[in-house]
Amino acid sequence: MAVITYREALNEALAEEMERDPDVFLMGEEVGVYNGAYKVSKGLLERFGENRVVDTPITELGFAGLGVGAAMTGVRPVIEFMTWNFAILAFDQIFNSAAKMRSMSAGQFKMPVTFRGPTGAALQLAAQHSQALESQVAHYPGVKVVVPGTPADAKGLLKAAIRDDDPVCVFEGEMLYNLKGEVPEDDDFVIPLGVADLKREGSDVSIITHGKMIHVALQAAAKLEKDGIQADVLDLRSLRPLDTDAILATVAKTNRVVLLEEGWPYGGITATIAALIQEEAFDMLDAPVLRVTQADVPMPYAKGLEKAVKPSAELVIEKVNRVLYR
Amino acid sequence: MPETKTRKPEARAAQPQAAPAPEPSSRRSDEERLEGFEREQLRRMMYDMLLARRFEEKAAESYALGKIGGFCHLYIGQEAVAVGAIHALRPDDYVMTAYREHVHAIQKGISANAVMAELYGRADGCSGGKGGSMHMFGAEVNYLGGHGIVGGQIPLALGVAWKIKYRKEDRVMQVYCGEAAVNQGAFHESLNMAALWKLPLVLIVENNRFGMGTAWERAASLYDIWQKASAYAMPSAVADGMDVLDCYRVAMEAHERARGGGGPTLIEARTYRYVGHSMSDPVSGVYRTKEDVEKERANDPITLFADLLARNDILSQKELEEMDAEVKKISEESAEFAENSPEPALDHVYTDIYSTEDVNGRLYFDMRGES
Repeated sequence: MAVITYREALNEALAEEMERDPDVFLMGEEVGVYNGAYKVSKGLLERFGENRVVDTPITELGFAGLGVGAAMTGVRPVIEFMTWNFAILAFDQIFNSAAKMRSMSAGQFKMPVTFRGPTGAALQLAAQHSQALESQVAHYPGVKVVVPGTPADAKGLLKAAIRDDDPVCVFEGEMLYNLKGEVPEDDDFVIPLGVADLKREGSDVSIITHGKMIHVALQAAAKLEKDGIQADVLDLRSLRPLDTDAILATVAKTNRVVLLEEGWPYGGITATIAALIQEEAFDMLDAPVLRVTQADVPMPYAKGLEKAVKPSAELVIEKVNRVLYR
Repeated sequence: MPETKTRKPEARAAQPQAAPAPEPSSRRSDEERLEGFEREQLRRMMYDMLLARRFEEKAAESYALGKIGGFCHLYIGQEAVAVGAIHALRPDDYVMTAYREHVHAIQKGISANAVMAELYGRADGCSGGKGGSMHMFGAEVNYLGGHGIVGGQIPLALGVAWKIKYRKEDRVMQVYCGEAAVNQGAFHESLNMAALWKLPLVLIVENNRFGMGTAWERAASLYDIWQKASAYAMPSAVADGMDVLDCYRVAMEAHERARGGGGPTLIEARTYRYVGHSMSDPVSGVYRTKEDVEKERANDPITLFADLLARNDILSQKELEEMDAEVKKISEESAEFAENSPEPALDHVYTDIYSTEDVNGRLYFDMRGES
């Protein structure tokens, strides 16, 4: 296995899938000549030409809809949003068109479109550039949502997303693009959607999370270990479909759960999972399910305020101690 | 005050000009108007417009009886636009429109039975009863729906036109919107990209003068929709939306341009609806008077075309009446067909949401009927 960055892993996934299927093309702002705002598409224009690596005007609603219409008639667009924050302008096409086309037409049209871009906060980008929107997108039946947290998951999940016949939204981590990790070199390395991954094994408490937050969870788990607490860290990887078997299995194992997400608590994925656990595994719980999320406010700019708003390993440890009644 | 410098217009590359507004077709002679049309095609256009009218009248009747639910937007008065423009297409060309769409669906080749059954919400409907009045689909006849968000279909059509160019196909994407959609960002974003990339997109704006109850002049700073194309260096034209032959002619020109690599065209079809915005809106009242509508009735596209065909010995009054009886029968039968079609099975609630149910993990979080 090669050790590459998360960014390179995404780049490999795109290149391999474009090589494999001439119907796959990449479109978005700055993906071509500029090599991608975050350099994810570096070298692809040179390799595949301007028909398949397409720079768009800044017109998110328009090119998102373009991807949906093109997918409806048989090609496989990969639509890059410079960040998911900008995709809010395009949500009409994702929610009203992509998510519903198959149902409205009683299955007459496939929707093999992939939407991708970074989610969540980076460093001091303030209110409009720091939102983790995956929970909101996963709210809509008809779309699929994946949130890779490691280079290997980034490659395997993006490849699966491109090959999928449904609209898949890939939420990348802006702070993860430089993260290095081992990635299989096999061209057919694909991670199926809907399969969670136990990133760390323990028997005292379950920390269930996804995306960039797995690193916060692992950091918390490492500190807890010094204190004699062994945490299971379950990386959901995919929010829809959701690996509920894996969730229920870790609950059955530890009987104590802390849910962690980067976004807001109101209507967040952690709220859905908390409901699921109490509906389907209430008897297995030895303590109430607790959550760690971003503070329920728009992201402030100032360094200290931003740090106070973001979820942290300290907050996770605090909640773990509470579910352990320590 | 600091001195501001403006770029000289001469420094910019010459841009193609939008076409000037054409003369109304009524100023042309019958001979000019009929030139190039086969007798059979003219009779077929008459038949299609009559079917469109009678089908919609039947739909209105069924709606009043409570057989059709939800929103229901009728096309009465606007028939010449879709009938004329779709006659100018080939079978493998695509059509997409908004929610006033029953006639477009039939004209593109979905049977009246399947459209009526969809209105009734039945299993034999063209969308299996899941779409309804606003979401008809016909993949086999390249009819791409039926979309309910004003202007939302235009970027989708842009994508289809992109696909045609990407795969180097000899096809055209014909998309419709109402005049009110012209104020949406989706319209402008799509026009820009269609023109920038010279995509085979023909956008027909059906200007029926009212966005629901808001008169176009109360909603637009520039009345002439065709002029908006000049902002995107894109050709445009005006069609007399009450004249099926003019709609055909203008659309055909645009299709030829698209097929020849000349890129998109914006067509403003000036038309009028003789019915309310939807079934819940009276024909006249708050935003237009009864007299307004009566006045427009003088331009009824069906009467005008019937007169043209009669005075040129293409279709006699008697033949017209026979034709009318036939399409009335088809409309009646479509309602009977819909009535007899089964309701969609309740176990279809969770079908056709995703391409396969055979996935890892859970797709739905509330499975009805499961304990």
